Amino acid sequence: MKYSYFPGCSLKGLGRAYEESLLPVMRHLGVELAELNDWNCCGATAYMSVDESMAAVLAARNLAIAEKAGPEDLLTPCSACYLVLNKTKHNITDYPEINATVRKALAGAHLTYSGKVPVRHPLDVLINDVGLDVIKEKVVRPLKGLKVAPYYGCQIVRPYATFDDAWNPTTMDRLLATLGAEVVDYPLKTKCCGGSLTGTVPEAGLRLTYILLKEAVRRGADVIATVCPLCQFNLDAYHDQIDRRWEPARVATVYFTQLMGLAFGLPPEQLGLKRNMVAMKPLPAEPAKVKV
Amino acid sequence: MNTNQKNGEVRIGFYICHCGHNIAGMVDCPAVAQYAAKLPGVVVSRDYKYMCSDPGQELIQQDIREHQLNRVVVASCSPLLHEHTFRNAVAAGGLNPFYFQMVNIREHDSWVTADRGQATAKAKSLAHAAIRRVRFHRALETTRAPIHPDVLVVGGGISGIHAALTVANAGKKVFLVERNPSIGGHMAQFDKTFPTLDCAACILTPKMSAVRSHENITLWTYSEVVKVSGYVGNYTVTVRRRPRYVNEELCVGCLECITACVFKEPKFADEFNVGLSKRKPIYIPFAQAVPPVVVIDPERCLQVRTGKCKKTCLEACADRHAIDFAQKEELVEIKVGNIIIATGFKLFDAKRLPQYGYGRYPNVLTAIEVERYVNSSGPTAGEIVLRDGRHPKSVGFILCVGSRDMKTNRWCSRTCCMHSMKLAQLVREHTDADVTVFYMDIRAPGKGYEEFYDKSLAEGIQFVRGRVAEVTDWALSPEEEGKLVMRVEDTLAGFVRRVPVDMIVLAAGMEPQADSQDVRRLFNMSCGTEGWFLEKHPKLAPVSTFTDGVFIAGCCQGPKDIPDSVAQAGAAAAEAMALIDKGYIEQEPNTAYIVEADCCGCKSCLPLCPYTAITFEETKQKAQINQALCKGCGTCVAACPSGSIKQNLFEDEEIFSEIEGVLNYA
Repeated sequence: MKYSYFPGCSLKGLGRAYEESLLPVMRHLGVELAELNDWNCCGATAYMSVDESMAAVLAARNLAIAEKAGPEDLLTPCSACYLVLNKTKHNITDYPEINATVRKALAGAHLTYSGKVPVRHPLDVLINDVGLDVIKEKVVRPLKGLKVAPYYGCQIVRPYATFDDAWNPTTMDRLLATLGAEVVDYPLKTKCCGGSLTGTVPEAGLRLTYILLKEAVRRGADVIATVCPLCQFNLDAYHDQIDRRWEPARVATVYFTQLMGLAFGLPPEQLGLKRNMVAMKPLPAEPAKVKV
Repeated sequence: MNTNQKNGEVRIGFYICHCGHNIAGMVDCPAVAQYAAKLPGVVVSRDYKYMCSDPGQELIQQDIREHQLNRVVVASCSPLLHEHTFRNAVAAGGLNPFYFQMVNIREHDSWVTADRGQATAKAKSLAHAAIRRVRFHRALETTRAPIHPDVLVVGGGISGIHAALTVANAGKKVFLVERNPSIGGHMAQFDKTFPTLDCAACILTPKMSAVRSHENITLWTYSEVVKVSGYVGNYTVTVRRRPRYVNEELCVGCLECITACVFKEPKFADEFNVGLSKRKPIYIPFAQAVPPVVVIDPERCLQVRTGKCKKTCLEACADRHAIDFAQKEELVEIKVGNIIIATGFKLFDAKRLPQYGYGRYPNVLTAIEVERYVNSSGPTAGEIVLRDGRHPKSVGFILCVGSRDMKTNRWCSRTCCMHSMKLAQLVREHTDADVTVFYMDIRAPGKGYEEFYDKSLAEGIQFVRGRVAEVTDWALSPEEEGKLVMRVEDTLAGFVRRVPVDMIVLAAGMEPQADSQDVRRLFNMSCGTEGWFLEKHPKLAPVSTFTDGVFIAGCCQGPKDIPDSVAQAGAAAAEAMALIDKGYIEQEPNTAYIVEADCCGCKSCLPLCPYTAITFEETKQKAQINQALCKGCGTCVAACPSGSIKQNLFEDEEIFSEIEGVLNYA
């Protein structure tokens, strides 16, 4: 099983714990990831709002490189990259004027785009290509007793609900349950984390972050599992401000791939767990083996 | 030309109608009239404001007399609308009505063309075609076929019941076919009816009993129509009667068998109570069911499924011998002249809108579930309870669930505002809960409906204008703990509200039945894009379909409330009776016929005829067409290799000269 891999800037910077856990976990499952050569910024959501055509050009360059690299699907772990690349694919198909701009720009770099390469999210690949039965076989340290709130954020199922439901996604729930974790019923699983408002309009942004954390605590979660670098950052980095404005809502937020690594028995120090500001509590002790 | 000689001198009158601005607004009518005046054979050419008016028709008759016209062409609207009008005018002028040809320059031209020059040119070319064609017309006679006086009503909800009773009361025989084990439909499940709050059962059950006891009605429940053939006045219908394993004549409805069933406890979801209570494999659909006899669910009954059961029901039934496991499915063929379709609707599945949490949060209910709860014969004998048995202190109603929504159904389901207000009033009556209704617009346009809205307000029901975004159970404040929270933009107050309540009621809208497409094909009807059966004309033929003798009533045509359904059912019954009392239908003489001398006896036409109208005369070795059976579809005409089959009104000369007329009109 082989995929092209588009890390995007977050996985090389603030969200590097995501890559640090994703790569060994995928390797452990026999999934080969080939990082795109000379990838560039996906444009993120900001550029799309400024100039849709130029944003499409920027993102399409990555798609064109992926196409050139081979027939493999393109794996994009970061939610923003995943959405922007998929949206670009849609825009190129749906709008002839964007299509023309993109083609012209790519031709300048001797690149072409045919739209063949599917852009896939790791959750999609893990559930639909690898399979939960294979994942289950690799679990050596079941996360028994660990209460996890599955938090998907907004971008991977909206507006394109391709591999999961837009209102009530369950792929991560099923994955975490396979790892042995106790999945907390978390109705806020697709609610806004505050996005970039935590930095620009903190009264609005932080309130949203606080609501997510408070509800996870209220429902007894030991940890929140996320799929998005920005969600992880918002839920992890602003606890002091939340303490000051409302009340403490201490709960660690980690990438789902970090929990997979723990369940696979990979060394915790190699999973980027020490990068968390709110540290994850140690796993509950494994139930003692009953001797007969 | 030989036809010319045969018909003598051809004297054509041409008339173009302005239809107010409908045609004249886009077509230069006087110019078309002037153009036609110069064409060969045209003796009179006029333009007139409304040809279908009395003076317009007079004009034709007068010209026939004064100018000895023997052909008439009218360029106006669709023949569907006025072909009969003008044929009658021509006949009144003393000509055979088939010396007439109509040109549609409204639907086919002025309404669909944006340029006046192009529209006028098209009108001229169509006029030219008709003028060339009409010269070859021949005198024809319509034939009459008798109408079978019996009527089939499909669907035993309030619409079907009312239609059946209306027709039966007029002395006609009716077959009422219902798919479920009892008639009554959705109305039987309702507690009260708006806006008068009279008990649904009290007004429905007398009608249901009347159906059962009516000497003119044959009621077949647990049955479905599987095949329809024929045409208006002469339909042959096959009905599949599913075995209910109970003899309807012998069962007295004592229900002893239900008590005796080997299933000691009711175990299976009860359809009538929408799954809120349980029933056994042998059951009676509801207390007032018609027919008032039990039915055995073949999917659940041990005896039917496995053949291995103690059959305690048989013992309980004892010497009545009403239970009969030997019953088999039956196909019954009947003849009827008219068919009334009243197959109703299905409720929108609220699970399709996961943001409202139906199926996820136990205290999110649909309106029909609450309807059963409030009903004294319902699962709680009239108590409104949360799923854990507590009484709700606050109830929220969400309107337009699966209605007026681009993502699900775009139409307004028309009854939800009213039935939600009705249930809101009933909830207030049965509990001391606060009730809030979340709406986009309150649509209360019926008689007494606005007053009903006023009454709801007066009774302290709160109304918040805003489409609820989601229902959730995450709490932001202590007051929200343990509640369902509705998040909604209050568009009158201008801010987002969180409203915690104990129970939420979803006003799920109406949808076409799941198998509406099959039913549509079965009865040769049309559907709108949404799947509702299409009426012939939205204003002037609201219960007719494009198939003569097939009428529609009630919600299968579109969402409507009980008064409207009953009104339509009455209208459909009247339309059917009008045909029956006329006694015959006039058949277009557009049948095919064989020029015997040219028939080579190859028999290629025989298997093609969908109406089995063609037979083969062995002694002559020629094919023959039965004019009474031919429907004028033209299949054999096109297929005949020797060209010996012709069709009235569609002769080769007529069609070719019409085509030539379009192609070289200038």
